Amino acid sequence: MTIFGVPTQALFGQLLIGLINGAFYALLSLGLSVIFGLLNIINFAHGAQYMMGAFVAYFALQWTGLGYWPSLLLAPVVVGLFGIVLERTMLKRLYQLDHLYGLLLTFGVALMVQGVFRNQFGSSGLPYTAPAQLTGGYNLGFMFLPTYRAWVVVFSLVVCFATWYVIERTKLGAYLRAATENPTLVQAFGINVPRMITLTYGFGVALAALAGVLAAPIYQVNPLMGADLIIVVFAVVVIGGLGSIMGSIVTGFGLGVIEGFTKVFYPEASNTVIFVIMALVLLVRPAGLFGRAT
Amino acid sequence: MSTLTAPGTSARPVAVEISGTTPIHQIVAFGAMVTLLVLAPFVVYPVFLMKALCFALFACAFNLLVGYVGLLSFGHAAFLGCAGYASAHAAKVWGFAPESAIVFGTLVAAALGVVIGALTIRSRGIYFANITLAFAQMIFFFSLQAKFTGGEDGIQAVPRGTMFGVLDLRQTYTMYFVVLAVFLLGFLVVYRSIHSPFGQVLKAIRENEPRATSLGYQAERYKLIAFVLSATLAGTAGATKALVFQLASLTDVHWTMSGEVVLMTLLGGMGTVFGPVVGAFLVISLEHYLAQIGSWLTIVQGTIFIVCVLTFRRGVIGELGRLLKKPL
Repeated sequence: MTIFGVPTQALFGQLLIGLINGAFYALLSLGLSVIFGLLNIINFAHGAQYMMGAFVAYFALQWTGLGYWPSLLLAPVVVGLFGIVLERTMLKRLYQLDHLYGLLLTFGVALMVQGVFRNQFGSSGLPYTAPAQLTGGYNLGFMFLPTYRAWVVVFSLVVCFATWYVIERTKLGAYLRAATENPTLVQAFGINVPRMITLTYGFGVALAALAGVLAAPIYQVNPLMGADLIIVVFAVVVIGGLGSIMGSIVTGFGLGVIEGFTKVFYPEASNTVIFVIMALVLLVRPAGLFGRAT
Repeated sequence: MSTLTAPGTSARPVAVEISGTTPIHQIVAFGAMVTLLVLAPFVVYPVFLMKALCFALFACAFNLLVGYVGLLSFGHAAFLGCAGYASAHAAKVWGFAPESAIVFGTLVAAALGVVIGALTIRSRGIYFANITLAFAQMIFFFSLQAKFTGGEDGIQAVPRGTMFGVLDLRQTYTMYFVVLAVFLLGFLVVYRSIHSPFGQVLKAIRENEPRATSLGYQAERYKLIAFVLSATLAGTAGATKALVFQLASLTDVHWTMSGEVVLMTLLGGMGTVFGPVVGAFLVISLEHYLAQIGSWLTIVQGTIFIVCVLTFRRGVIGELGRLLKKPL
């Protein structure tokens, strides 16, 4: 069976890969957006923190025998705490300055963290196996669906929409959105905004680490796994509109799928298609698809 | 505002010179720099110096944008790398003379600067950094896949040739002084641009764009010109570098290179005239000496970034200028 001259097997295979990539784009750009919304900085260390999440899972298995399921909670907590320390000790000092200094600082952190891991573990990937419950797959007739990949897509969708719900529909989220609009006023109402900023940064970083754990069985654990990925995610964030929660989720998944289809129909462009879309979106809507014009 | 100079803590040069004449201390500093650079190849390994000079020009070009317009481009490697490919291709495949190859590479970077600039110049601050980075990554993938760039191998064994029909560039010292001349030319172009009415308008836009607009200046047009000028000079640096090393490779278009030029400028002093030059020499020396210990380099670079941002935002020359109470 073929569609547009392409075997359905290949088409759905790439669609699945696209959805997987999209899940990571969405989780990572969601974290970036949450951080950007409140702190107004682009967290350049996001890719490094994603990598750290995968490494925490790897260490947990190697050193203590803790498997995939505990790591799914452990890695975000550990890396989130790293983020909180980073925010408290360094980023905090830069809020009075131009926001670009935050970008430069986190860029330095990314270089340092990636350098340290590369020093210890080299550039080749370390294997990490998926838990027994998630191995194998289903034959859907038109394609083979590996269980783990289906799990990644479903789980990240759940996490994304849970985050969206918390931010857009709960009281805590309302504080957060209010602090994004006008931190001084929110502070005047007796809400501890600095603590909220710290926790928000920790949460965004934890999301990156969670994505790292999810990615570990698929892409292996590699010190540079986040280095190039994060630049694609930056483009995704620009397309979706910086700071837009729904924009991150929708464009993350959408662009993953578009990238997957490009691999089928015009493989040469699959690396650049997201950047081309970014250029086009900028021409038509400089604030991004879901962003508000400033 | 999206300037990189902070309110309150004032990371700004001490005095703003308005008069048309060049302050004496800058002439002295320039003279010292030229003297050092003329004598240096007889003491230090010339190829190392040529590399540093190419990067110094690259950093000066970058500084024009970040230091005087307040736009942090995180994709300047695109211009360096593309010009390198263009001049290497022109010299090797089309048999261009070195001067034509450099001019061709520069023009390619300028054209690319017009395209990318037109698309990005409306954004500012973090958006601008992000978008330029994404465009540069697009150029990287293009370079990786295009036929003429040689993919992972790059363009190797680029002939240096004979400049103007008389200067044999295969001689290391001849090559060195040509590179020095190119660097000084670029440096003076940047200096002249900054200290011209055009440069004053750029600074006005950096400080307060709506105000500059209300005074009748078309801010976007000025910013675009500055962007293209910066891209062009970065291209000159890349084209020259390709001839020096007889190689144009993916390293020069990769985003790590964009990060490196940010580091050079930050370390030397953003918005200072001599800062980028000093920063480039420091970073290149560092790489030279740390090359043996491999991945420590990125750790050290990361640390310098963090230290500079947290405690040393004026950079080496910025701090020196503050101590001497003279803008350098």
